[in-house]
Amino acid sequence: MERTKESRTRELIRRFSDNKAAVFGLIIICIVLIMAIFADLIAPNSPNPSPPELYNSLKPGFWSTAGVEGMPLGADALGRCILSRIVYGSRVSLMAAVVAVGIAMALGITIGVVSGYFGGWIDTIFMRIVDIMFAFPALLLAIAIVAVIGRGLDKAMIAIGIVYAPQMARIIRSSVLYIKEMEYIEAQTVIGSSHWRIILHHVIPNSIAPVIVFGTLMMASAILDCAALGFLGLGAQPPTPEWGTILAKSYQYIVARAWWAATFPGLAILFTVLGFNLIGDGLRDALDPRLKT
Amino acid sequence: MKRYIIKRLLLLVPVLLGVSIIAFGLIHLAPGDPVKTIVGEHASAQVISEAREKYGLDEPVYVQYGIWLEQVLHGDFGRSIISREYVTKEIAERFPNTFELTMTALLFAILIGLPAGILSASKQYSAIDYASMGVAIFGISVPVFWLGIMLMLIFGVYLGWFPMGGRINILYSLDRVTGFMVLDSIITGNFTALASVIRHLILPSIALGTIPMAQIARVTRSSMLEVLRQDFIRTERAKGLSEKVVIYKHAARNALIPVVTVIGLNFGLLLAGAILTETIFSWPGVARYVVQAVYDRDYPVVQGCIVFFALIFVVVNLATDIIYTYIDPRIRYK
Repeated sequence: MERTKESRTRELIRRFSDNKAAVFGLIIICIVLIMAIFADLIAPNSPNPSPPELYNSLKPGFWSTAGVEGMPLGADALGRCILSRIVYGSRVSLMAAVVAVGIAMALGITIGVVSGYFGGWIDTIFMRIVDIMFAFPALLLAIAIVAVIGRGLDKAMIAIGIVYAPQMARIIRSSVLYIKEMEYIEAQTVIGSSHWRIILHHVIPNSIAPVIVFGTLMMASAILDCAALGFLGLGAQPPTPEWGTILAKSYQYIVARAWWAATFPGLAILFTVLGFNLIGDGLRDALDPRLKT
Repeated sequence: MKRYIIKRLLLLVPVLLGVSIIAFGLIHLAPGDPVKTIVGEHASAQVISEAREKYGLDEPVYVQYGIWLEQVLHGDFGRSIISREYVTKEIAERFPNTFELTMTALLFAILIGLPAGILSASKQYSAIDYASMGVAIFGISVPVFWLGIMLMLIFGVYLGWFPMGGRINILYSLDRVTGFMVLDSIITGNFTALASVIRHLILPSIALGTIPMAQIARVTRSSMLEVLRQDFIRTERAKGLSEKVVIYKHAARNALIPVVTVIGLNFGLLLAGAILTETIFSWPGVARYVVQAVYDRDYPVVQGCIVFFALIFVVVNLATDIIYTYIDPRIRYK
């Protein structure tokens, strides 16, 4: 038993690492993770210097002789080092996405497993609620929730977590419905295992593959939507160095041709989202080669 | 077919009721006295007592919901706290702008995404395939708002080809006939206005259409690849049909079925993307209106817009499903 399990994992890793795009995605995410963990060591400057260095306002970076020493990507309107804000921002954005996806998973797995395993009226009620939530475009529902619970990074994370939960619930439910019919589950029922034992030891572990794939792809959307809420001024509030908020505060200066202030934070979002998307695609192909095209 | 459509329409009723409960709940879950939420903090005592009366705020919650729902069914979402105008009227004024933007974006997405996907699949593992799928994966990862800013920066600030935002050059005036500016300028024969309106439309449409374009390209490609592996394609090739006929006439037709669903599903993305695109390009549409309403805590407006968007989204999804069964007889006859 142990040997086949190990070789399955190994085969999975081999399939994943044969996929160049997926490995590229993994490298991007590792870089972002390192940036987030060692932000204090990597960032050349403070993300929020006090007192503010307004004399550096909108100075360009390494490509220009007018740049400031030690600010390779230039400065924003308040004279803050853009590179440092992006580096610290990786912490905020990653954490926000992890919390949002965590909430979505906790809610979605609970609803999906209960709904799929027990069926009947519980299933009907939960799935009707899911249908109703699907009637809203995701970002709009998140905005509506923020309208009720208020602005701020913590509230944006909760809103996105709630909005994503139905997708997770549906995915889990369908895989639970499939697993439920398997013979080994029937065997468990026959030997008298309790529902909880069957769910925790057999149903959830066997439906984990789609959860991992969709969880990874969900990280990509969560980073985008958190940044979008931040950009709209409904998520993280300044001076928090969150990528969407940084963009919101610098895009008006493109008219002054300070392109760097808006370009680099956006690239950070783009590549992080790309990384998660590539890993998600790679995991899906590795876990289920039949889906590969 | 008829039975299927009726069944689907009936299924919409509980969903829309749920949507209305969420929208109704918004006012009651918002912090503070509901009456202040409806008429604003600075309303006069008379306005407050009128609203109390109108919405039955002294009655139990379910009675209030009934009263509110009845008004909503008559198209009455109350008045905006900020402008004091009827919410329905304000939405109706802004909707044509949002419609024009989302439709042009969708057109852009289909016109580029579909051929790119078909081309990629017909030349699998070629340089064209890698290039277009590379662009597509970037396309689904790009933040709409950043893409909009970059387009503005390049084509607005540096090249000066397109305006930075707005719906029409403020120096031009356009008579309002239908509210759809492209249409109005054609009807009134105002071609300087038409040129301006179209120029204002281009950058926002590209920004908004890029994510759906990438999605459509990816789905078209994988759907094409699936079809190309089937026996009837092999038969056609064997009997000597040209590659062009095989791909465009037979394979693409079959491959389009899942693409229709994706276009329908992307409509939600388009509406969500419109919120960001309209904000960046100062586009006078419904999506920017709802964001402004959230800032202003203008709850009647938020409520109205949410119901409105959900209604559009639900109807589009239904239409997609119906078209889907229509173009794929296999589903119809099940």
